[in-house]
Amino acid sequence: MGDKRPAETLDGTPVTMAEGSPPPTAFLEVRDLRIHFPTDDGLVKSVDGLSFRLERGRTLGIVGESGSGKSVTSLGILGLHNRRNAKVSGEIWLDGQELVGASPEEVRRLRGRRMAMIFQDPLSSMHPFYTVGDQIIEAYRVHNDVSKKVARKHAVDMLGRVGIPKPERRVDDYPHQFSGGMRQRAMIAMALSCDPELLIADEPTTALDVTVQAQILDLIRDLQEEFNSAIIMITHDLGVVAELSDDILVMYAGRSVEQASVQDAFHRPLHPYTWGLLGSMPRLDRERSERLLPIKGTPPSLINVPAGCAFSPRCAYAELNEGRSETERPELAEVEPGHRVACHLPLERRRQIWETEILPKL
Amino acid sequence: MVSTPQTGAETSPAAGTGVSAAQAARPERGGEPLLAVEGLGKHFPVTAGLLRRQVAAVKAVDGVSFAVHKGETLGLVGESGCGKTTTGRMIMRLLDPSFGRITFEGTDITGLSQRQMRPLRRDLQMIFQDPYSSLNPRQTVGAIVGAPFRLQKIQTEQGVKKAVQDLLELVGLNPEHYNRYPHEFSGGQRQRIGIARTLALKPKLIIADEPVSALDVSIQAQVINLLEDLQDELDLTYVVIAHDLSVVRHISDRVAVMYLGKIVEIADRNDLYAEPMHPYTNALLSAVPIPDPDKRKGRERIRLSGDVPSPLDPPPACRFHTRCWKAQEICKQVEPPLVELRPGHHTACHFPENAPEGATELVAKAAAERDEAAATGEPVTLGEAKGGVRKV
Ligand SMILES: Nc1ncnc2c1ncn2[C@@H]1O[C@H](COP(=O)(O)OP(=O)(O)OP(=O)(O)O)[C@@H](O)[C@H]1O
Ligand SMILES: Nc1ncnc2c1ncn2[C@@H]1O[C@H](COP(=O)(O)OP(=O)(O)O)[C@@H](O)[C@H]1O
Ligand code: SF4
Ligand code: SF4
Ligand SMILES: [Mg+2]
Ligand SMILES: [Mg+2]
Repeated sequence: MGDKRPAETLDGTPVTMAEGSPPPTAFLEVRDLRIHFPTDDGLVKSVDGLSFRLERGRTLGIVGESGSGKSVTSLGILGLHNRRNAKVSGEIWLDGQELVGASPEEVRRLRGRRMAMIFQDPLSSMHPFYTVGDQIIEAYRVHNDVSKKVARKHAVDMLGRVGIPKPERRVDDYPHQFSGGMRQRAMIAMALSCDPELLIADEPTTALDVTVQAQILDLIRDLQEEFNSAIIMITHDLGVVAELSDDILVMYAGRSVEQASVQDAFHRPLHPYTWGLLGSMPRLDRERSERLLPIKGTPPSLINVPAGCAFSPRCAYAELNEGRSETERPELAEVEPGHRVACHLPLERRRQIWETEILPKL
Repeated sequence: MVSTPQTGAETSPAAGTGVSAAQAARPERGGEPLLAVEGLGKHFPVTAGLLRRQVAAVKAVDGVSFAVHKGETLGLVGESGCGKTTTGRMIMRLLDPSFGRITFEGTDITGLSQRQMRPLRRDLQMIFQDPYSSLNPRQTVGAIVGAPFRLQKIQTEQGVKKAVQDLLELVGLNPEHYNRYPHEFSGGQRQRIGIARTLALKPKLIIADEPVSALDVSIQAQVINLLEDLQDELDLTYVVIAHDLSVVRHISDRVAVMYLGKIVEIADRNDLYAEPMHPYTNALLSAVPIPDPDKRKGRERIRLSGDVPSPLDPPPACRFHTRCWKAQEICKQVEPPLVELRPGHHTACHFPENAPEGATELVAKAAAERDEAAATGEPVTLGEAKGGVRKV
């Protein structure tokens, strides 16, 4: 993890397989993923050295602010970036198979059969001129050699499973005839129609009302139990993460700054940015706090990521590190089993700050 | 000419602690409210054909009543499409109400022409949801924030610049950025520019429509704190429209919950969140994901089925009955009036949760009185008169 690759591998040519690093044991393992976009304004380093692993039956919540690289990461795993304008390097191992270096055909074959995605805006990923049923049937038949009739029955089943009332009738509706919540359900039905082992949900409920969001989160939870899929849940809502995830990855400026079990992330977070997120949020489950504790400043541009720790211009503790925060990029280090944090501040000091300065004010 | 919200909004005297919806608009604190809204409604016509004949109406807002006092923040929550923005735009007189009355500082402003409204424009200001589209991209910050000064010709150009820079400083922006354009700012900064523009005329009432929902959580907190500081400093009164129940709880003193064009519950913030009475409020609160993994289990979860029905054809009587787990026959027959079941806590439900003994009887009585008043032609607020008994 975190091994420095020569810059040449960023030019988009397939990376030769894992020099020296052993094949992973996890179901999904991402190693030092970098996704850069050359633009007129400069190189956008949307993802810049991301590593994590995920087992089947588990849910990883990825949180971060707008533009931190969450969606670029998920599209990268699914191999959906156009190789002509996205420079992808690193390794993505799905059940022992490496995807960054695999052929586009191979990745396309895996997509829909072993991995699927739910997007924030179902309208943009459903075709407006085809019925919901036809789209599910089509997706199913690409990977399953069955008759149209069998596929249609499967589509009706799936719509029923995700809670669409009268699925045998609604299967012939067009997407615009569905409400926002129903479209999101239909997209989940489409994504799940091939029993994917890896499901990536990118802000699946952000556009929905809270009561409908609750229905969809219940649905994802139930389906995971049934299919034992690995789920990556991308969201900016810490509440959604806490409800659904086993583990959390906090992203900032294209990198992960903290990875932990959901328990550790909420009860013993050890990165100043994670503290900032927790302090910014008004909470219904606590006494109303007199004042929120925002993070100062704004997230950085990914063309000009601050030197050293990308969070340093906004971090209240940057000056405690004798200049290291501004000059040296902190690497993700395991501080406790399963808990990795990238920060120069001495661990004991961070534990103490959390206990005495942050927690009491939340 | 009606000067206070009480007059002309009469129903028969309330029985017990049961108070009619019209009275919900009455001052709950001493003195006259800054803003009072009574039986306010907006029906958007739906037209068809070449002759643009009206074939139906979107009942976006259908008889809402509330009052806001000086220095207070009223939160207006509800799911998308329930009529929050439409209510705000009617108060601003950006939209003409279909019925009902808006009283500002004791003056009925419902029927004022745009010209008559002009002097009031200073006092009533709105902050919009989208910090990107609500600023003219071709104008500098100085021009945007200074526009109200120039429009009202209250200051010299030198004076305008100084005033704008003071405002920029007040909202936490660099006064040196006077000549910059909106695209040079981040979302949170643009929302600050919008707030500075709003403050330019020292308004008395600010209607903030989803002021933070387009912002990242860390920036959201900055803007919420700013709104709170400005309120303290400038003695502002807010109506904050939002769908995020946590944000609303944080910034509001009182909260009104809307469903399909109606207020179903209105109460003091602490009361509403601690002991919500309307089933819909209960469902909303239990649907909010809680950022604490230990609370995943053991939490009461109310799950509503289906979606919000269309405001084109809202369900009769209690509009929530198609999704309510407590619904009974009466809910489909008689619209429950908004009744004060605890001091300052009004709810519109035949079978409220967390309610004192005898609530159902009180609601039934208030409904009967309302309907009797309607039948005998006694004056009632328009919104109420429309309620009435409807057979399915
Ligand atoms: N095709 C592209 N060309 C150039 N830059 C891109 C491209 N796609 C994404 N980016 C940039 O990469 C960064 C990360 O984008 P991404 O969509 O992953 O953010 P995100 O974390 O999903 O944010 P949000 O919460 O707003 O969805 C952004 O700065 C974005 O502008
Ligand atoms: N100009 C309009 N013409 C027709 N319908 C409208 C118009 N503006 C709003 N509506 C409808 O009125 C209802 C309430 O809208 P709105 O007040 O914007 O809801 P909210 O702000 O609570 O999300 C919605 O059904 C909306 O589609
Ligand atoms: S490395 Fe320095 S700037 Fe970065 S989070 Fe830690 S203390 Fe803050
Ligand atoms: S009046 Fe009846 S249907 Fe309406 S909220 Fe109350 S119990 Fe539910
Ligand atoms: Mg995204
Ligand atoms: Mg709105």
